[in-house]
Amino acid sequence: MKPAPFDYRRPATLAEAVAALAGEPNAKVLAGGQSLVPLLSMRLAAPAMLVDINGIPGLDAIEVVTDDGVGGVRVGALARHAAVLASPEVRRVQPLVSLALANVAHATIRNRGTTVGSIVHADAAAEMPVVLSLLAGSLDVEGPGGRRTIPASELYLGPLESSVGHDEIAVSAYFPALAPGAGVAFEEIARRHGDYALVGAAALVDGDSVRVGYLSVSDVPTVVDLSGVADDDLGEAALAQLDPAADIHASAAYRAQLVRVLTGRVVRSARAFAEEGT
Amino acid sequence: MTEELHDVRLTVNGHTHEIRVPARRLLSDALRHDLRLTGTHVGCEHGVCGACTVLVDGAPTRACLMFAVSAVDTEITTVEGLTNPDGSLGPVQQAFKECHGLQCGFCTPGFLTTITAGLRDNPTPTHEEARDMIAGNLCRCTGYQNIVKAVERAAELS
Repeated sequence: MKPAPFDYRRPATLAEAVAALAGEPNAKVLAGGQSLVPLLSMRLAAPAMLVDINGIPGLDAIEVVTDDGVGGVRVGALARHAAVLASPEVRRVQPLVSLALANVAHATIRNRGTTVGSIVHADAAAEMPVVLSLLAGSLDVEGPGGRRTIPASELYLGPLESSVGHDEIAVSAYFPALAPGAGVAFEEIARRHGDYALVGAAALVDGDSVRVGYLSVSDVPTVVDLSGVADDDLGEAALAQLDPAADIHASAAYRAQLVRVLTGRVVRSARAFAEEGT
Repeated sequence: MTEELHDVRLTVNGHTHEIRVPARRLLSDALRHDLRLTGTHVGCEHGVCGACTVLVDGAPTRACLMFAVSAVDTEITTVEGLTNPDGSLGPVQQAFKECHGLQCGFCTPGFLTTITAGLRDNPTPTHEEARDMIAGNLCRCTGYQNIVKAVERAAELS
């Protein structure tokens, strides 16, 4: 239960961090470490180098963006889940981020873990990759060739695999604002409070558009379009586009039942949000 | 292979310590082995049980999910730092004693640090909030009822 040896760099600037990554193909970025350190301790991963970005100033910003037409919130790579969850601006501009963050692990983990780290860890059982996907947000990464923006739709390639290059560092995630009159909801079912969800669902209702994102159902975050589906048929319509898997935590049939139940709940709840504005 | 060692300055309970450790030294191990502050307990060592919880800049944090080299520039508080300046029990410790909030005591340091920070942020928790405050910590002896009582008693004492 101790990590294998690794080289350690603690750069003071983003440029130094990118240079360190470029020099070692088997390096990993350390931000909050709440997913990475257990993997190291269990020796499921043994990178040759960790590039600790915690000493880089300015990466913890949480900013409201208003100059891109749509508006949204931009969350820096060192913004801890707890800080994002506590931000009144985030809750006002895109409440789904706050609703989902309250379900991310326990408060103690949220104090150290970062929202961007959770997004690039690309765990299909995690909340924030689904939220970014459902909202059609994006991720800014910096590498030797400069900065580029990856749309959420191009971010997730497979289990724990994202399209962020090994020589790139995620610097911020962008969550588009909730449109006026639109509604959101989030709910998940876990065996134990704070544990990984057996199934989770996030809904975004905007006029006739109804979309729901799922965690722990597929091996990547999955979003389905349920626009025009009658209320009583939501669960079955979602399942027609999903293929819930079995594992030691739940059978495929039980996951399918959770999809049926949660889909109806989050869509109803998002509609109520849209009507009441909260 | 000789493993590279790093000079790390840790500030723990108001005291500064200089240690020389490999980068992979977990903060929990640095506290226990290098600083001999064995009040911080190590249970699951992958962030689930909460026994190793310490305060990093006041926020409850799993010491087993941080490297000591990453803890520079932070103020760490361990269970040893929760006593009153005269050495008597702090309010959360006193409440655990009064309410029988511990049996074997293994999980207790993590509860004490977590609740100390929880009551700082919310000095008058409801019963539900008291339960929620300790939701990230496991105890295998007590069944939690007396720990919840201790949270409420500590709120009175604080």
